[in-house]
Amino acid sequence: MELKELYREIVNEHNLHPDHRGMLPRASCTRDGVNPSCGDDIKLSLVFDDNGILTDGAFDGSGCAISQAATDMMLELVIGKSREEALELADAFMDMIRGNATEEQLEMLEESAALEGIAHMPARVKCATLAWRTLKEMLTEAE
Amino acid sequence: MKKDLSLIRKDFPILASGEVIYFDNAATCQRPRQVLDAIEDFYTTHNANPLRGLYAWSVQATDAYENARHRVARWLNAREDAEIIFVRNTTEAINLVAYSYALSTLKEGDEIVLSVSEHHSNLLPWQMAAQAKGAKLRFLEPDDDGRITEEMLKEAIGERTRIVALAQVSNVLGTALPIREAAGLAHEAGAVLLVDGAQGLPHMHTDVQEINCDFYAFSGHKLPGPMGIGVLYAKRELLEKMPPFLRGGEMIEYVKRDSATYAELPHRFEAGTVNAADAVGLAAALDYVEALGYEAIEEQEAKVVHIILEGLRAIPEVQVYGAPEAEDHHGIVTFNIAGCHPHDVASVLDEEGIAIRAGHHCAQPLMEYLQERYGMEFRATARASVAFYNTEEEARRFVEAVGKVRGWLGFGA
Repeated sequence: MELKELYREIVNEHNLHPDHRGMLPRASCTRDGVNPSCGDDIKLSLVFDDNGILTDGAFDGSGCAISQAATDMMLELVIGKSREEALELADAFMDMIRGNATEEQLEMLEESAALEGIAHMPARVKCATLAWRTLKEMLTEAE
Repeated sequence: MKKDLSLIRKDFPILASGEVIYFDNAATCQRPRQVLDAIEDFYTTHNANPLRGLYAWSVQATDAYENARHRVARWLNAREDAEIIFVRNTTEAINLVAYSYALSTLKEGDEIVLSVSEHHSNLLPWQMAAQAKGAKLRFLEPDDDGRITEEMLKEAIGERTRIVALAQVSNVLGTALPIREAAGLAHEAGAVLLVDGAQGLPHMHTDVQEINCDFYAFSGHKLPGPMGIGVLYAKRELLEKMPPFLRGGEMIEYVKRDSATYAELPHRFEAGTVNAADAVGLAAALDYVEALGYEAIEEQEAKVVHIILEGLRAIPEVQVYGAPEAEDHHGIVTFNIAGCHPHDVASVLDEEGIAIRAGHHCAQPLMEYLQERYGMEFRATARASVAFYNTEEEARRFVEAVGKVRGWLGFGA
């Protein structure tokens, strides 16, 4: 997909009209993710239940359209999943951005798989992965 | 211009296809064939390690290197060749002054005056020196036209000032700083002036004696010379008192087990095998600029910048930073588009074949300052920077593309 098409089809909608923007007052954990060189800056807050299911999540912050849209899409995907499932998705996303995801992994990523083309844009990789890196840190730290 | 612009573009192999509008010249510009040929000629006809040869090639390599130094000395109107030190780039030149001059002269309570718009390369070395010696940094802040005024200098430079370090031209705003006035005020206060010429020399005639600066630094690759070669000009009386920066080969006189004496200027400050081929390439770049003439360069760049400024200012969602007039932009136009992160702007323009820079431009304190002053949404800007080979047609295509960016990024959809 060409870049402008990617923006038009997916990124713009999630950037300009995100479903998961905000802060959760009763979050189990929150964490800042920053790309110092671009100024992308997000704050993720997650709610886990007693069974380790991620029951809710939200993000706040500012940055480029790709960083913000990738965060919104990620939350759409991981809410309702277990810790383990969310980790598996994070690994799938990272594999995709490195250009070596399997068909199965791409399917698992649902809408987030639209960012596959970022693998060919080294300058934007950090934007696309910021949310997933931050999520992974939160998931592994909480274990 | 002395030469037809279409003929000038023929000199630049990378521009030949015409597919890319290259507007990132402030980061690095493109090289003409004449510069590439000069480097190739060095390696194919007399490559050897300069400055110690007892055979013909090495003597020729030494001559080529020292002739390049002489060319630079004449270009800047230095008093003598020994005041020209070859380094890798502007950053290394300023580090040389900070590590050698500043660390050996600064005392607790001394002040270093600089602008908040300085490139990190003219900030971090002074942070290091100030921290090491207990000195203080004092910052000048540009006004709404992006300018540092003589009044601001008068207020900041005082009896505690030991070093004033200013860009000749801001790499973000494009405005020229009042360096002649800074030299006078610095000297009255008993301080020295360092001028970061990285964005100045590519666009304007520069005479270090006329400015009366004590140090002047520039990079070859913005000129259009090669990467990896830069220059520090310094007054002899200062160099004489400065300890070496890097130590090792080629900068010595006698070496014993526990001590050494150093070579004469300028070689005392050029440790290790020198970058002779790129020095030769830099001299060829100066020849190229001389053939065009600064007057013609400034005229062409101002013409192109004028179209960009007019065009961008006519787009309601675009904010342009810096001076009102094209002549005080020195090829640089920094801007933002409402709601759009500069990285998204650069990415979609790239798909249109337009290369611009976006981000903090190695000037994070300035981004913070601009954000506070103008309420910028993101701590970053987009920057288009032109060189003498850019055309009015490219400027028009660029403006047209910028006008479409908000649509591409989903606004008004």
